[in-house]
Amino acid sequence: MSGSLAFVFGLPLAVVVFFFALAAYERRTGVASGGGFFQRNGLAIGLYLVLAVGFWAFFIILLPQLAMVDMSFRPKLPPSQMGGPKDLYTLENYRYFLFGSTTSTAEWNWLHIKAFFLTIGVSIVITLINFAICYPLAFHMAQSATAARLRVLLLLLILPYWVNEILRAFAFRVLLSSGGIINQMLMGSGLTDEPIDFLGADVGLYMGLSYAYLLMMIFPLYNAIESLDKNQVEAARDLGAPWWHIHAFIVLPHAKPGIASGCTLVFMLTAGALAAPLVLGGPRTLWFTPIVYDRFYQAFNWPQGAAYAFILLVSCIIFVLVVLKAFRLSLGEITR
Amino acid sequence: MNPGPFQRVMFALYAVVFFLYLLGPLAVMAVSAFNTPQYPQVWPIEGVTLDWFSALFADQDMMAGLKMSLWIGLLVVCISVPIGLAGAIIMTQIQPRVRSLYYLVVVSPVLTPGIIIGISTVVFWRQFTGQTGTRFLYDGVVLTVLGQASFISAYCMLIILARLQRFDRSQEEAALDLGASYPQVFRHILLPFLKPALASAAVLAFLSSFENYNTTTFAILSDKTLTTVLAGRVRQGSTPAISALAVVIVAVTVIGAIAYEIYKRRSDAAAAARQRAALEAEEAELSGTPAPAMG
Repeated sequence: MSGSLAFVFGLPLAVVVFFFALAAYERRTGVASGGGFFQRNGLAIGLYLVLAVGFWAFFIILLPQLAMVDMSFRPKLPPSQMGGPKDLYTLENYRYFLFGSTTSTAEWNWLHIKAFFLTIGVSIVITLINFAICYPLAFHMAQSATAARLRVLLLLLILPYWVNEILRAFAFRVLLSSGGIINQMLMGSGLTDEPIDFLGADVGLYMGLSYAYLLMMIFPLYNAIESLDKNQVEAARDLGAPWWHIHAFIVLPHAKPGIASGCTLVFMLTAGALAAPLVLGGPRTLWFTPIVYDRFYQAFNWPQGAAYAFILLVSCIIFVLVVLKAFRLSLGEITR
Repeated sequence: MNPGPFQRVMFALYAVVFFLYLLGPLAVMAVSAFNTPQYPQVWPIEGVTLDWFSALFADQDMMAGLKMSLWIGLLVVCISVPIGLAGAIIMTQIQPRVRSLYYLVVVSPVLTPGIIIGISTVVFWRQFTGQTGTRFLYDGVVLTVLGQASFISAYCMLIILARLQRFDRSQEEAALDLGASYPQVFRHILLPFLKPALASAAVLAFLSSFENYNTTTFAILSDKTLTTVLAGRVRQGSTPAISALAVVIVAVTVIGAIAYEIYKRRSDAAAAARQRAALEAEEAELSGTPAPAMG
């Protein structure tokens, strides 16, 4: 127990010492010039900078993540036995994800595995669909809309996002429920005789998820396309390029960082969405985040929940890395 | 683009469908807030009522949650903006060879799913407060503020950094040469320059905190914010009072946006008038007392 406290305080201290040692070394070898950190900022402000960023980087970001990963490799124990002889590292929580409870007869834990791959697969599909939906509008806003129209479009786009995620999902429930307006219209026009169960078939969930993060796709795209010089498009057209050549060989390559950034954001938010599955999912809906939630607050098995959360985190990291690799970009280029 | 009539029509059609998709669900929900049936219903309109709004304001849990959300939002602003500012300043000063590592660490919360941030915050602080004897810190409000601050500080940092990169360091050097101390430079030169970025960071921080659900639902423990109360209500069943809440939120933000726009135009006009007056005064001065070289 005291060992982990030493780590919690020792790690930030060691890193801060390392930074100042590095700074001193660079000044001595002539890589860096000018005064030291406290000389440059003054003592009070220098202290504020180091403490604020140190607290943020370690106590809010890094140490909690490490604590979660650490917990995911531990058995579920009552508080009195924590740190005791039974508190040994184990892969039990990950084994459970793959094979289920030791008492179950099934070979694999299909319920959780299916939910996981469905979540990842559907998130990828929704990301691609959102890209396809948003690209024409982003291009129009960035390249051909007048200033006045642009203002109106931006306002219309931002308006739905003042309303929080749960209410946005709720709107889809009102819209698609069996007595909802869509079903009324379908029945009124004679296309169906009885209401279609959109929510039970997860159509509502997928629509709600796609809807929830449209803005996260359109703004990075818009920013990236906006910086493209209009003359390039003009020149290509004058030289006789068909419209799809202009998009494929001029606009898309230029907008690469924006596309990557929009796709990563939408994927991450969709795969990690909790509100839409809770509101729009039926009892048989498979989505990974509610399962993680239930590990904590239904099963009260925190280490297992931590393991599930870590699995989700690792897959998100892999997705980001694959996107960066595919687009040949660095992280700094997509988080602007 | 120089679209032909066919392309024009196709694009218009696409734009109509897009905005129908974007705004339609909200419009439908808004209508159901004024309709009388118990279950949110759009058509037929059986009678126009404001009962759902009074039901909303009579809902004690919802109002308590609202108060809690406003309180947490303010605390998050007070923590995230200073942290974001410090993060941005450090970014411009850190050694180039470790800059990308630093960037990776502080931007990672933006790319981490919200529930993971909530979970890790609870797990860490439960252990930490237990071991250091500061159990009173293991509290829903404290944890929620800390969890939300992880990614909201990163948003703030990115906003402030964008402006900081346009800062002219020679201003700072001039002030130092004229005898200003470091805290004075910080207060009288750097902060005023960053003021617009700090203001937009504060607004964004408050809004992100106010509407956050994924991180909050884990970190809030036994307390309740507006979003967690709302999630509970929605799970229990649909009532038009929930639609009424959406109408209130949209109305408040639209009024806020319009007020801001008016304020912005007025201050822009005032600034332009000042500039014009200054130019005129300068011209008058130049023509009234000609420079010696010209005379």
